[in-house]
Amino acid sequence: MKKFIQHQGIAAPMDRANIDTDMIIPKQFLKSIKRSGFGPNLFDELRYLDEGQPDQDCSARPLNPDFVLNQARYQGCSILLARDNFGCGSSREHAPWALEDFGIRAVIAPSYADIFFNNCFKNGLLPIILTDAQVEQLFVEVQSNEGAQLTIDLQRQVVIHAGGSEMHFEIDGFRKHCLLNGLDDIGLTLEHAEAIRDYEAKRAVDAPWLFPSA
Amino acid sequence: MAGKTLYDKLWDTHLVCQQDDGSALIYIDRQLLHEVTSPQAFEGLRLAKRKPWRLDTNLATPDHNVPTTYDERQLGVDGITDPVSKIQVTTLDDNCDEFGIVEFKMQDLRQGIVHVVGPEQGATLPGMTVVCGDSHTATHGAFGALAHGIGTSEVEHVLATQCLIAKKMKNMLVRVDGQLGVGVTAKDVVLAIIGKIGTAGGNGCAIEFGGEVIRQLSIEGRMTICNMAIEAGARVGLVAVDDTTVEYVKGRPFAPKGEHWDMAVRAWAELHSDADAQFDKVVMLDGTQIQPQVSWGTSPEMVVAIDALVPDPAAEVDSGKRQGIERALQYMGLKPNQPITSIQLDRVFIGSCTNSRIEDLRAAAAVVKGRKVAATLKQALVVPGSGLVKQQAELEGLDKIFIEAGLEWREPGCSMCLAMNADKLGQGEHCASTSNRNFEGRQGFGGRTHLVSPAMAAAAAIAGRFVDVREMMGQGE
Repeated sequence: MKKFIQHQGIAAPMDRANIDTDMIIPKQFLKSIKRSGFGPNLFDELRYLDEGQPDQDCSARPLNPDFVLNQARYQGCSILLARDNFGCGSSREHAPWALEDFGIRAVIAPSYADIFFNNCFKNGLLPIILTDAQVEQLFVEVQSNEGAQLTIDLQRQVVIHAGGSEMHFEIDGFRKHCLLNGLDDIGLTLEHAEAIRDYEAKRAVDAPWLFPSA
Repeated sequence: MAGKTLYDKLWDTHLVCQQDDGSALIYIDRQLLHEVTSPQAFEGLRLAKRKPWRLDTNLATPDHNVPTTYDERQLGVDGITDPVSKIQVTTLDDNCDEFGIVEFKMQDLRQGIVHVVGPEQGATLPGMTVVCGDSHTATHGAFGALAHGIGTSEVEHVLATQCLIAKKMKNMLVRVDGQLGVGVTAKDVVLAIIGKIGTAGGNGCAIEFGGEVIRQLSIEGRMTICNMAIEAGARVGLVAVDDTTVEYVKGRPFAPKGEHWDMAVRAWAELHSDADAQFDKVVMLDGTQIQPQVSWGTSPEMVVAIDALVPDPAAEVDSGKRQGIERALQYMGLKPNQPITSIQLDRVFIGSCTNSRIEDLRAAAAVVKGRKVAATLKQALVVPGSGLVKQQAELEGLDKIFIEAGLEWREPGCSMCLAMNADKLGQGEHCASTSNRNFEGRQGFGGRTHLVSPAMAAAAAIAGRFVDVREMMGQGE
């Protein structure tokens, strides 16, 4: 997994609550058996005026000029600003894959849906939670200062914005550790293999019907 | 010390180890796999040269993009006309064969929607932890099982380690007391709950559904309720185990037998929240007041009773919510204050992991029996949840009732719930759907979904617009 230590970039403001994972990556693109290549179809139905198909060359498709990611000032953005309950709905990990493939490294919102939030950490994508007021302030700053960049320092758990002011955010210790070091969860869990086997041995006595092959 | 909630008990019995920061490893008893969210997980195992930790906990079946027409299904995987879908289903078959995982393939009578198949086979048992790379895994909580929808990296993690990294959620109780009126179903109850608490109302929580109304529901009804816990933001929905649960599980192919059965039933008797358990949040609803529900917008919380009007954004004081309503009305092509019963429909879909079980099909058939689908409808689909549900429905003659009324009787799969196969809405079309999500484009690019119960969808198919199913009950053949 890609490490996340510090990141600086343009933030695109998506002024909308309840952005669901169907919106982030529509179903027709879930037929891929790969983890990569979803970037051109990120927010497909909002971004383009026509209906997208898998494996299509998106460069010639008509763009929706009103959509924030199509606006010249947000080209090359790598941070997404959003409202409440970002990533609700389907568990599809294709949503963080599409964000990551597009070049987004962090999302900033007041709240997230649980499964999406979890999926981000498996893909080197940092979902930052700030208060409504802080998110609103960032929306105003980003919209009024073209080219303005935000800096995210994960080690110090701060978002550095206009004039060097800082906003502190919370993150679980384990998740922070994994992101900072780009660690693979499975490898870490397998360090507990003995604990897992001990659990199984005890459980097989209490609930043998759960171990039909034993 | 306060007693434990059902969620507390399930968490405690599955805890393998706890980290200092609150994250923990919990042991997983069952993983259900399907073609859409598993290929990258199997590929990950192969790349890391890892083997599944315990094969016998996994069960797979293709569901999301299998075709549902009879002709296509006769040819098996070769009958899938969409080459990309075909690769995905073939990949699941190949992965299950390579790793030795039990799979009900497309031609198997037991194939169907994972959340219908698991319970039907007794592969979902009370007190289990169940995961699947699908957010509607919450369904299995109807059995007093701790069921999580997970992402693909977690699918791989569970395959490789038999554990999930989790953090304990908050306990939320949604209690529905009283009695449901005639024609009001589990689907109406869960839509009313989501309408009340909102799509983020259960974020960070495991929701236990309790109260007289839930106790009186069949297992199918409880599955419908738990299925949509995720639509209220909760990854986990739960219902306590009682005689209804045990009766349902008994004798199913994967259910314990003999001495193990007796032992299991004794253990399952503990699977309820203690009388003095503390919940972080409690929400109460009066079941007697719940009417048949219809969603009007692009989020499951945008739902009203059948006799209501489409909301007027001008009446909303919160500017964010007002914009949300305006955007939804524009997408849905609806006007403020328009009666719900004036919404004309193009298609009707009866199916999905929410409402494709035998009880759902019986309810829909009872409404359409002896009637005809409105001539203005382009299509009305009935898609059973599994091959076994289909077989049972045909034994009861439900297929004939649907076909005579002008509905199409299809092969099992997810179908028009998410339109990954050929079953989808055209741009601007309105659909009465028994599925779970009315997001923009969910059932097809530009499609307009209205979530309803199977009985309400059946009534809508006859009228060509929304009607109160209670007005049609007892007046048919």
